[in-house]
Amino acid sequence: MLTIALRAFLKTVRQPFQLFPLIFFPAILLAINASGLTAATELRGFPTHSYLTFAIAVAYVQGALFALVNAGTNLAEDIESGFFTRLALTPLSRAALLGGLLIGIAAVGVLQSLVYLLIGAVAGAHLHGGLPGAFLLLGLGAFASAGFGAGGIAAALLLRSGEAVQGLFPLFFVLLILSSANLPRNLLHGWFHTVATYNPFSYLIEGFRAVYLSGFPAGPLLGAVAVIAGTWLLFGSAAVALLWRSLRPG
Amino acid sequence: MSTPPDPAIRVEGLVREFPGGLRAVDGIDLAVSKGEIYGFLGPNGAGKSTTVAILTTLLPPTAGRAVVVGHDVTAEGAQVRRKIGASLQQSALDPYLTAWEHIRLQGALHGLPRPHTQRRGEELLHRLGLSEAASRKVRTYSGGMQRRLDLALALLHEPQVLFLDEPTTGLDVQSRTGLWEEIKALAQRGVTVFLTTQYLEEADLLADRVGIIDRGRIVAEGPPSRLKAEIGRPALEAIPADPASAAGLAKLLERFGEPLSLGTTDGVSIRLQGGTGELAEIVRAIDAAGIAVADLRIHAPTLDDVFLAKTGRRLEGGGEG
Repeated sequence: MLTIALRAFLKTVRQPFQLFPLIFFPAILLAINASGLTAATELRGFPTHSYLTFAIAVAYVQGALFALVNAGTNLAEDIESGFFTRLALTPLSRAALLGGLLIGIAAVGVLQSLVYLLIGAVAGAHLHGGLPGAFLLLGLGAFASAGFGAGGIAAALLLRSGEAVQGLFPLFFVLLILSSANLPRNLLHGWFHTVATYNPFSYLIEGFRAVYLSGFPAGPLLGAVAVIAGTWLLFGSAAVALLWRSLRPG
Repeated sequence: MSTPPDPAIRVEGLVREFPGGLRAVDGIDLAVSKGEIYGFLGPNGAGKSTTVAILTTLLPPTAGRAVVVGHDVTAEGAQVRRKIGASLQQSALDPYLTAWEHIRLQGALHGLPRPHTQRRGEELLHRLGLSEAASRKVRTYSGGMQRRLDLALALLHEPQVLFLDEPTTGLDVQSRTGLWEEIKALAQRGVTVFLTTQYLEEADLLADRVGIIDRGRIVAEGPPSRLKAEIGRPALEAIPADPASAAGLAKLLERFGEPLSLGTTDGVSIRLQGGTGELAEIVRAIDAAGIAVADLRIHAPTLDDVFLAKTGRRLEGGGEG
């Protein structure tokens, strides 16, 4: 299983064109938002005076979303190149194959989260949760990446094309925009507030954000954990079902 | 078909039907002895790769039974996969890994101890001429090098049966010849080789026995020499210097054998009734008739002739079948 995980990790980090958007695109968006939306902190009810501290949580979630595309594209490439068949021709069990892929994705998730932690620290985002909070963010980043990565695996097994998997990203990105990514929900109004309230991305972002803003508040953290658990349940079971269908029993 | 005792591969009534009703494999029976090179010959789409996919546990059969190295491919897939190696049509390699990383990955997936993987990897890379390139990423490899690495990976865990699905397709002559030597050497070491190919020369040169498959059914099976001997008589092709005299030439040659189509447009062909012994008499008859001949060729029977005799179609240049 660890062999598969290591190979999945290496496949990602050895492709600069894949690694760059995975790690730095969320950081670039963060820099743009933090420099352009600082005035939002003047609004009554905004939870902090630093927009960077408020917005950095979105980078973690974007990173997890990229894990979906990255994992799906990598597996679709393996299917198209026949490498997946090589794995299927070994005595490796399907559970070990899926586990290995998810561990590899989680490892990339840890790397991404570490980069965002460092960027936040260097740029001056205040991490209220301190060192334990940093470890919690790494853990949430890893599990969120693996959860969304399972979605990428399921998509690759279903669509069997890297381009088709990449086509899913805009759908999720729209959901990310229609959440509390740029403003807290208490400052959203009308249909946007309704959509953001029902949007699971809001709760995922608010969990990461809470570690920066206030440490370890149970409510937002439980909300984020519930969303991550939901991705594992939904995408994980889809990946299991499709993998079991794709690979022969025995 | 006589079944060898304790065959490495035994297939009985194998059927694979795809959605839409296409029967890619339509009731195949075959048995391959240990240490034998079995050539599975047929045009594209004949059912070769589907058969290999079933025998390597990648695809379940719709009906019938296949046993590889004593294990049923449907019920005991993991045991089958431990004992077989496969190099399929597409070199299944990761362009971002080196040859050594592939070898370590393959060794770990087969549960080989690291020192064993290292030793075996060194041996295979050396034997297949990849030692110097072993630390380079595979994306820098030529097609021939990728094929050889694919074969090395298939052999790493010392399989008892090796499936090679069109292993030389797309290779240059030198790479193809090198791979043939390696396949022969493997069989000499006792490895059973199940080789699919659409190259007649390859099957003729390598295989102890060939099975010719067409439209999902085996239409002929046996040693290449015996199959060709069954077809028996050679063919003669005469190309008239003046195409206008082709009809007269054809009428004249009918005395020496039945007309035959060799797939060429400018010649007249017959299957010789009395073998090459009549050649001198044929030349005298053509000369006496005053027909100028630009070329006269004798074609010894080939596996393509066997295919033609069994199916009424040519295997070579047959396109998608």
